[in-house]
Amino acid sequence: MKLGFLVDLNLCMGCKGCEIACKVENEVPLSSWRLRVKYIDVGTFPETTRNFTPLRCNHCENAPCERICPVSALHYLENGIVNIDSDRCIACAGCMMACPYGAIYMDPETNTADKCTYCAHRIESGMMPACVVACPVEANIFGDVDDSTSHISRYIMEHQNNGGVQVRKPEKHTDPKHYYVGGGNNTLNPLAHQRIEGYSLFNNVTHLDHVGDPNHSILDRFIGSHPEYDNKSLADERLDAQTKEHEEQGGH
Amino acid sequence: MVENTVAATNAVVTLDAAIPGIIWGWMITLNMWAKSIGTGVILIGAYLLYRHKHESMPNLRWLMPVISFVALNVFLFFTLIDLHQPLRMINIFLHPHWTSAITVGAWMATLFTGLITLLALIGTMDQFPDFRRHCKVGKWARDNTEVYEKIFPYVVFLAIPVTLYTAIIMAESSARELWQAPTEMMQMLLAAFLAGSATLIFIADDWKVEVRKDLALVLAFSTALGFMMYMGEYFFSFKSAEAEVTLTYIQSGGAYSGQFWFAMLAGFVAPFFLSISAMKSDNTTILRFAAIIALMGLYLAKDVWLKIPQLLPLS
Repeated sequence: MKLGFLVDLNLCMGCKGCEIACKVENEVPLSSWRLRVKYIDVGTFPETTRNFTPLRCNHCENAPCERICPVSALHYLENGIVNIDSDRCIACAGCMMACPYGAIYMDPETNTADKCTYCAHRIESGMMPACVVACPVEANIFGDVDDSTSHISRYIMEHQNNGGVQVRKPEKHTDPKHYYVGGGNNTLNPLAHQRIEGYSLFNNVTHLDHVGDPNHSILDRFIGSHPEYDNKSLADERLDAQTKEHEEQGGH
Repeated sequence: MVENTVAATNAVVTLDAAIPGIIWGWMITLNMWAKSIGTGVILIGAYLLYRHKHESMPNLRWLMPVISFVALNVFLFFTLIDLHQPLRMINIFLHPHWTSAITVGAWMATLFTGLITLLALIGTMDQFPDFRRHCKVGKWARDNTEVYEKIFPYVVFLAIPVTLYTAIIMAESSARELWQAPTEMMQMLLAAFLAGSATLIFIADDWKVEVRKDLALVLAFSTALGFMMYMGEYFFSFKSAEAEVTLTYIQSGGAYSGQFWFAMLAGFVAPFFLSISAMKSDNTTILRFAAIIALMGLYLAKDVWLKIPQLLPLS
């Protein structure tokens, strides 16, 4: 048995029901997430589209987080789930460095690493993951990808022509067991879109300033001309360059 | 390539959860820097002992393991307090996972520190025969002074993987494409040569001129090669989209650009010329100054290289 997940992005309407269900089911603290739905606006007005991309642990068959974990807190279950034992975790953050999908967080209450487990505790009791149950349009499809008669296997087979079924960052050779239908470079590649502070729909906080090292680049504080010292300055700089180019081409 | 993709797609994140910034910060930088000193003094000390007579470096036998012992304890201390659950460090020994370079490194570093403690004890007790004359531990150390020479070759051999294992941790961090195993391994080894030679320069005042020249040569060699490695990585490691975006960002004057170039010029280029100059003139003041700025530059360069790949959003 190899449990897998598929999200049909053509069906997802960005209601965030799955996100909330996950938070409640797993008691995920504030400022942390196991599953989140990202909104990405593509195009130039009036020809714009809004895309919704649910992001969670990919439960890779060749999981870098499992490999780097020094105490086997991250481990495979027999059904293919990459599970985490919080009681064993030493919280070295090696898994956060290794996961190419940014799916692991440091729980501020337990001070240990945590992530989506496909609701392993519910699976054990014969139930579906909380996010699957909550989805009003059945965009989340969960099941055994080893079983060719399962819903997820049939869904993959139906949509796999012309690259219809995708995974995130296939070049990392992690062999994710989390698939997307209806995705593309815009939605699945984090470098293909910009993350701009202050441009969000309902909030303007895009980075956790209280997480990680606050003492960034000591020297740049004195000799640099950068008001920001975290990764949002990277996004801002790319936006500035693009805006300048746009203006030079006659745009406004 | 990525910039073109962005311009073509005009894709902007309009709603998302907040994402973390830099996870491995200055404590990890300090950890790597201190480890370079701890293993470097042993590697360079062994090289000097191979090349020169013991009498040319009278204090090396006891100061080398003592310096290494102090540096390794700084390294282990910051490794420990960087953990969010430091008391669970014991799990690395109770539940080891051998595919992890963190586990292999922790075991090797612990064994290495244990052997260095033994060398420091024997070396110090031999150097100060009246200190703790009746203490059982001191007496044992003085009675078994030959153990020092017996285990020293194994310590030197072990210093190499202890120096290198952090590069494998960085290579296992597959989310950070800038950290590539072959270059990081060479950088770690050169950092140990640099830190070892620079640190030993501070205790080399009474050593023979030829030994100091050798130290200056190693410092010049390691700063020059280290600089070339960084330049190669900085300008030519555009092998993945993630490394490309990271490097383009700092090359365009983004945060850490100033720190990187300051580290390169003050910490690698300047010490190279100062060491070459000191080799000719045997000017210990210049050599010490070169050692100080080289150690400072090494810290700053490691700090930049550790943090810049963490600037990228992964999802």
